[in-house]
Parts: sequence; C-alpha cells; structure tokens
Amino acid sequence: MKGLIEGQTGTWEVVIGLEVHAQVSSESKLFSGASTAFGAKPNTQVSLIDAAMPGMLPVINQHCVRQAIKTGLGINATVNLKSVFDRKNYFYPDLPQGYQISQYKQPIIGEGTLTIVSEDGEKEIGIERIHLEQDAGKSMHDQHPSKSFIDLNRSGVALMEIVSKPDMRSAVEAAAYIRKLRSIMRYLGTCDGNMQEGSLRCDVNVSVRKIGEELGTRCEIKNVNSIRFVQQAIDYEARRQVELLETGASIDQETRLFDASTGQTRSMRSKEEAHDYRYFPDPDLLPLEFSQNYVDEIKAELPELPDNKRDRFVSEFGLSAEDADTLVEEKATAEFYEELSNGRDKKLAANWVITELFGALNKSGIGLRESKVDAHNLGSLIDLISDGTISGRIAKDVFGEMFESGGSAGSIVASKGLRQISDSRQLTGLIDAVLSENHDKVTEFREGKDKLFGFFVGQVMKRSQGQANPKLVNELLKEKLHG
Amino acid sequence: MSNILDLNLAGLQKAIRDKNLSAKEITEAYLQAIEQNYQSNCFISVTEEKAIQMAKESDKRIERGEALALDGIPIGVKDLFCTSGVRTTAGSNILSNFVPQYESTVTEQLWRDGAIMLGKCNMDEFAMGSANTTSYFGSVENPWTTRAKFGKKLVPGGSSGGSAAAVSGGLAVAATGSDTGGSIRQPASFCGIVGMKPTYGRCSRWGMVAFASSLDQAGPLTRTVQDAAILLKSMAGYDPKDSTSANVSVPNFELALNGDIRGLRVGVPREYKREETPPEIENLWQKGIDILKKAGAVISDVSLPHTKYALPTYYIIAPAEASSNLARYDGVRYGLRAEQAELQDMYQRTRDEGFGDEVKRRILIGTYVLSAGYYDAYYLKAQRVRALIKQDFDNVFENVDVLLTPTAPSEAFAIGENDDDPIKMYLNDIFTVPTSLAGLPAISIPGSLSDTGLPLGLQVVGKMFDEESVLKVGDILESGVEFTLQEVGKQ
Repeated sequence: MKGLIEGQTGTWEVVIGLEVHAQVSSESKLFSGASTAFGAKPNTQVSLIDAAMPGMLPVINQHCVRQAIKTGLGINATVNLKSVFDRKNYFYPDLPQGYQISQYKQPIIGEGTLTIVSEDGEKEIGIERIHLEQDAGKSMHDQHPSKSFIDLNRSGVALMEIVSKPDMRSAVEAAAYIRKLRSIMRYLGTCDGNMQEGSLRCDVNVSVRKIGEELGTRCEIKNVNSIRFVQQAIDYEARRQVELLETGASIDQETRLFDASTGQTRSMRSKEEAHDYRYFPDPDLLPLEFSQNYVDEIKAELPELPDNKRDRFVSEFGLSAEDADTLVEEKATAEFYEELSNGRDKKLAANWVITELFGALNKSGIGLRESKVDAHNLGSLIDLISDGTISGRIAKDVFGEMFESGGSAGSIVASKGLRQISDSRQLTGLIDAVLSENHDKVTEFREGKDKLFGFFVGQVMKRSQGQANPKLVNELLKEKLHG
Repeated sequence: MSNILDLNLAGLQKAIRDKNLSAKEITEAYLQAIEQNYQSNCFISVTEEKAIQMAKESDKRIERGEALALDGIPIGVKDLFCTSGVRTTAGSNILSNFVPQYESTVTEQLWRDGAIMLGKCNMDEFAMGSANTTSYFGSVENPWTTRAKFGKKLVPGGSSGGSAAAVSGGLAVAATGSDTGGSIRQPASFCGIVGMKPTYGRCSRWGMVAFASSLDQAGPLTRTVQDAAILLKSMAGYDPKDSTSANVSVPNFELALNGDIRGLRVGVPREYKREETPPEIENLWQKGIDILKKAGAVISDVSLPHTKYALPTYYIIAPAEASSNLARYDGVRYGLRAEQAELQDMYQRTRDEGFGDEVKRRILIGTYVLSAGYYDAYYLKAQRVRALIKQDFDNVFENVDVLLTPTAPSEAFAIGENDDDPIKMYLNDIFTVPTSLAGLPAISIPGSLSDTGLPLGLQVVGKMFDEESVLKVGDILESGVEFTLQEVGKQ
C-alpha cells in the first residue's frame, strides 16, 4: 500500500479527510439577488442584504438549493427533505452580518460516496455531508499603509461545503478525490471547479497513526487552493507529525496554514483559541423543505456521470479502462471525444485525443478550451487516414499544422500537396531511382542481408517526402528485390 | 382648528371625504402640536418638510377625486422602520447617524395608501425596554402625567413609548409600533390607547431594524379599535422579501367590527390571576368579562399551564436572537465608529459607546445562552418550552375563540422607578409575552382608570390570523367601557 511513512519506530499511516468548499454555479447569491460574476470591481455586486444593512432579510435562492440536490444525487447521497439554516456567529470585518448563514445539525445532503482510482486501484471514499452556506467578503490589507479595505462582492455567494470521511490514506488519494469531485460537479454543472478563481477551496484534516491503531490527533490545514498545494501540505504535515510523535511529543489539535512559498504548514490557532460559533437556527429563515417528487424530477434530469460514461466507453467502445478514465475525467474532454468518435473508429479516435491532442496541449501548456483543433476538424483528419488519403505519419504533421494555425485538415493536405501517393507507376519510378542509386546495398540484400529492406522503404518514403503509401511501397519493393 | 386633534383616524377620513378639512390643514395642526409639546420627546426626528410635501400630494389626489385610503392621515413611525432618506436610529447611539437608502415594507405600504409621515417616534434602544427609558435620545413623557394624582413624570411604557405617547397626547392620530414581547400593547395600556400586535408573519419585517426575529411584529397604535383596523389593513400583507411573512390574504378588518359577538366563546385563563395583581386591574378584568357576557359571548375558565415559564423563556430566546442580530453594528460599514488603530479596539470602543446598558445586558445574556456547553440547557430548552406554550394556546383554542386578560400588571410608573431592577422591569411583559412566544394576534384596549387616575388596558388574544375576532371583541369592549381620551394632556 502506498502513502505509508517509514519512521524510526515503525510504519505510519496517514489519515486524511477533506472539507471542500465549492462555489455553487449560480447567477445570483444564496440569499440575495446580487450577481456572482467573477472579476468585477470591488463592491459593485453587493445588495443591501449582502452588506447587512439594518432590517434586511435573507431569502433562499431556489436555484442554489437545486444545485445542492443535484450534487448530492451525483455522489449517491441521501437528500434531506428538511434541512435547517443556522447562524455561525463570529466577528470579522468582511463578514457583514457578524454571522455566516450555514447549515449545522441538519444539512441538505447526508451521506454519500464517490469512487477514486488511486495507487492501489479503485477505492470508495465516504462523504459525510454537504451543506449550503454563504461565503464571506474579502479583506485587502495591501492597499493602504494603515487601513484594510473590504470587498463584499463575494459576500453571500453560495458555497457547498462537502465534508468527506477520513477515508484517504495518501496525498495522491486526496488529489484523486478532489479531481473526481470536481469532475462530477462539472458534469452536473453545479460548480465550475475553478481553483484559481476560488470556486473550489479545501480544508485538509491530517493525522497519522501506526497501522491498526486508533485515529491520531488531527490538524486542520485551512483554505488550500490548489490540488498541488493540497498534496504538498499533506506530505509536509504528515512528516511533521511523524517526526513529533517519534520524539515522544504529542500533536496539538490545531488549525494550521499552508505557506505555498515554503511548502510548509504553520500554526494558525490552537484548540483553546478556537471560536465558539454559537450556532443556532436562523430565525429569519424557515426550515428548508421540499418533496421527494422535487428530488425525483431533478434526478430524472441528471446527465450521464463520469463513472457511467467510463463503463460505457469500456463496454461499448472497447476502450481500455485507463484510456476511458482519461477521457471521462473532464466533462469537456468526454464531450470532445464523443463528438469525435461518433461514426468513426473508437479506438483510433481515443488514441488521437490521448496521444496527439493531449500531447500537444501539454506541450504548449493550454487547455482543451483554448485548442484551435475542434472535434469536427480532428474528425476530418482521421477520416483522411481511414480512406487512405494520407498516411498516419503524414497525419501527424498535418495535425501539427492544424494545432498551430487552426486550419482544416483537408485544406492543409491540399495546399501542401500531402496526399498519399498510391499510384503504382509513380511509386515504381521512385523505387527504381532509389535502387539504382544504391547498387551495392541491393547486392548485399540479395546476398542475404534482409535487414536492408527497411532501409529501402525509408529511402523511398524520404524521396516521396513521406507521401508514399507505405503499404504499396512494401509490396512493390518486395516484387522488385525478389523479382 | 382646535378640533382637528380630537378627531380619530376614521373621523379625519370623514372630514376629508366631506371636504371639511384638507390634508395640509390636518398635517399643519399636528406639526404645530408636536412643536408645542416637543419636551415630551415623543419624536426623535420630525420630518416637517416631508410631511407638508406628502400632505400637498394627498390634497392633489383628493382634489382630483383619486383619494387613497389614508390620504391626509398624519402618522408617527417608530424609529426602527427604515425610512428612505430619513434618519433611522432604533433609539441607539450606534445608529444615531444612520440614514437608510431604502423604505421598510410596512411604511412603504402606508405611503402607498396616502398616509403622511410626521416623524420618527422615540423608542427603547433596539426595542429593548418597557418604559422607553433605554433610548439614547432620552425618556418620553407619558401625557397622562398631568392627570396623575402624584407629581412625578410618568413613563409611556415601551418599547414603542414615543408612538404611544404621541397618539395619546395628540401629536399623531396614529403611529406604527413593533411588538416583540409586549412593546405595542404595554405602552398602549400605559397611555390609554389601542395597540395591536398582529399575528407573527402578518406584517413584513423587511426594513424593520431587528431585535428578536422570531418575535418581532409590526402593528398599529391608535385611538380606537376602528382606527387600528384601518391602519393594519395598510400595514399587513405578504412580502416575498421576508421569508417568515405569511402568504395569506389580508381581510378588510374594518368589516369585522359588526358589534355581533353572540355565541362567541371567550376564555379567561386562570394562570393570569396573580396574587400581586392590584384589585383595580382585577376589577377591570371582571368588567371586561361582564361587558362581553352582556353582549352575548360565552365565557369560560381556561388553563394555560405553562404560562409561568413564558417570561424566562422569552428572556432566553429574545436576547439570544438579539445578540446575533446586533452583531452587524460593528462600525465597519455604517453607523457609529470609534476610530482606533487596531481592529479589536475599534470593535470594542464602537460597541461600548454605541450601545446602552440594557442592550449590552441582553447581548451578554444572549451570547451566554448560545455558548457551547450552555446551548442545550438554555436556548434549546427554551425552544422546547416555547413549543409547549404554543401548544397550551392551541389546546384552549379548540374550545374558545378568543382570550381575555389584563394587558399589563400595573399602571404607568414614574420615570426612573424600575431602572435599577431589570427583573422588575421585565415583569411588565408578563401578560403579553406568552402570546408573543406563540405568535398570536392580540390587542390592548383602554378599559378604565386606576385609583391614581391612570389608564389600564385589557388584552384580547386570538387564534393565528384571526385578527378579525380580536378586533371585533376589542370593539365591543371599547364601546362597553366608555373610556375616553378627550381630555388627556390638556390640563
């Protein structure tokens, strides 16, 4: 099993639980009509409610409720037909109400699971709950020498807090879990999962124990905003805890911060300093109630989720599990692949996406969305291979050109004259020329040096600038040399 | 013009209809009365210009024959209803400079119907108090002070003390108030006027500075039951901006006042008979029973066994909600800010200077009862008791239509009298708090004068959203007791 830490005193197991804060994809905020668009000027998307003006009251955004239900269904979780909004009370300048409206004892979504693929194969990770809550605003401490500025644009934006069980055992598993969760939410359209814009943030709970022992004391690393940082934070924190325990010290239950510049975690506040949030049901809101019918309607409209899609790719398309996993992880990729493979060779299409397209995207550091090659275009290229117009080898060059310029496969092939040469007369001419230039090698071949056949093929291809139909070249060469 | 101030709301409506009075004449008469009595401190802000402007608009509509229901009716607004462009303080230093850019739903509806705003009425700070002595803007004098048989200045009750005193003293024909545990009914009783707390959810809380969200309810303070019915019609109504607002239709409450209560079942809760209650209040209660009996109602003795727990329950739930509701007054975005170099110091100084003692006391109580380790013993238990109290009412309302009780356990007391004894002050709400906890509609009707010559009120409590029965019974009581305001404040 991976993810174990070999210490001085034995082998340690890392235990990880994640609290993922996912911004609900929604035009307006959880309890107000203000916009949620990212990147607006500070304090331009703030309603009277978001600024907690006196006498303002929250009204639940039905769309956000729907989104939470969808997400719950996406992880096969219990949907609670009655849930309660509570106030989590604490003072902070970017928390205008002096409390965050959240869900405490009765969340909208109960237990669920999702399946990840980790170092040890498939694994189920339990999800404890999902609750809806408001985001706070943003404090800016770098705008003025002695003042802090507040931007309330985010204040009141709907978040889903998705709490896992302590089921992960390595940083790799934690990363796989976040990717899977993000993938499901993207399929559902409930969270865009954009970690740079803060749409997805993580609190990471880490503890260590000797295998078979009780759970150790955990530390919570707050607000980690990339998958890579989550992994770094876990690795650092687990080692820190092991080192402490092995010197005979104990772990203090505390909240820690991850410093991306050093890759280390440091103490933020101890358990003793923890806030008493004085949770109580928000008297401005009635309990959130809806019918099973409402849930069933939403369920009926759910799109095909990554696990189902993967199974279909394997069973119906004959793809390998690994390829299928790669293709379904991102909704956009799966859609691209499905459009591309429609009416074409499924495996060939998969290879082109995974090897050529992903290769080129990785190399140029861009995403599928920025790619100049769309599914229709790539499909035309594959069609040119299938009907023998170009060779696979040429196709790769054409693809390179398409990727750079965004041109269509057909026009690149035509304008560069890259059509495959399948005319026997033309090919015979090329072969004759090659053979006459290499008399000595022909002699050697005829004396038994079979390996030279490949050399002749290569020379012919080179002379044709790669356009010769390799299959025909082989046949014709054999006739000439053995004839 | 001297008789303008003697007309009640319905009387003014008639005078306007008959073209005997213009909105401007009425409004000017009231503005003049306010100016002459400004030492009574009923108003925190007088909106003279706005009032005249609104009156002119009323007169234009009246002239065009397009008069609205409340055209020409000048009212006071308790200073916790946010009024656009008009300072709204909630009686607190922390909001002493706060001018909202929005209008509360309740006042919006009143202006929609043509009512005229005279100004913002004084109140206990954040509606926390029973004597209007916790206001940052000072105490309000009960107009009955001059009638009382002793020389001290009297409180008007609270927290809607400015509203009640203004209506009683002829400084407004009617006023809005808010009632969390008795804040409309008790001052109405102390000032000899009618005060009604409608069913929780009947009036929108949007734009009303919150004290305790699950209890706060707006309502009218008026000179007669009919006036209360008219004003409530405009104040009430479903508001999608308030999630706790009830989506029920608003009846024409005035039509309920048909004088017919034959066969109506009236319960008299035995737990409201307390040894400490002065005989004059007991006598008034009996007088009320006799009036209703005579009018054909069926009187029965009923029991609300959890009544004694109501006050302690209220003083856990209301402060708990308040401690959270008042967290927004932090000096960051609006209101008072005591500038300090460090954030914590700014918070502390702002809230220390901004809040008075009673508000601080309740924030402390509320914070305590919600704290980890105390939540179950206090807040959770209080919620359970609240459910039992509500159940008491549900049970008795299976057999009776309304309940009759005294409104307050005493007459108005002198300013400063109970200030050093919070518990004694809290006892003022002993008869009004249970109905608040249950969310029921209730009205206070002036019933008689005490031995010292001060008004005493009777309370009628009804079923959820049955304001009509409450008003109807109130109307009968009003006719029966022959109580009159006419000479108040004029001696």
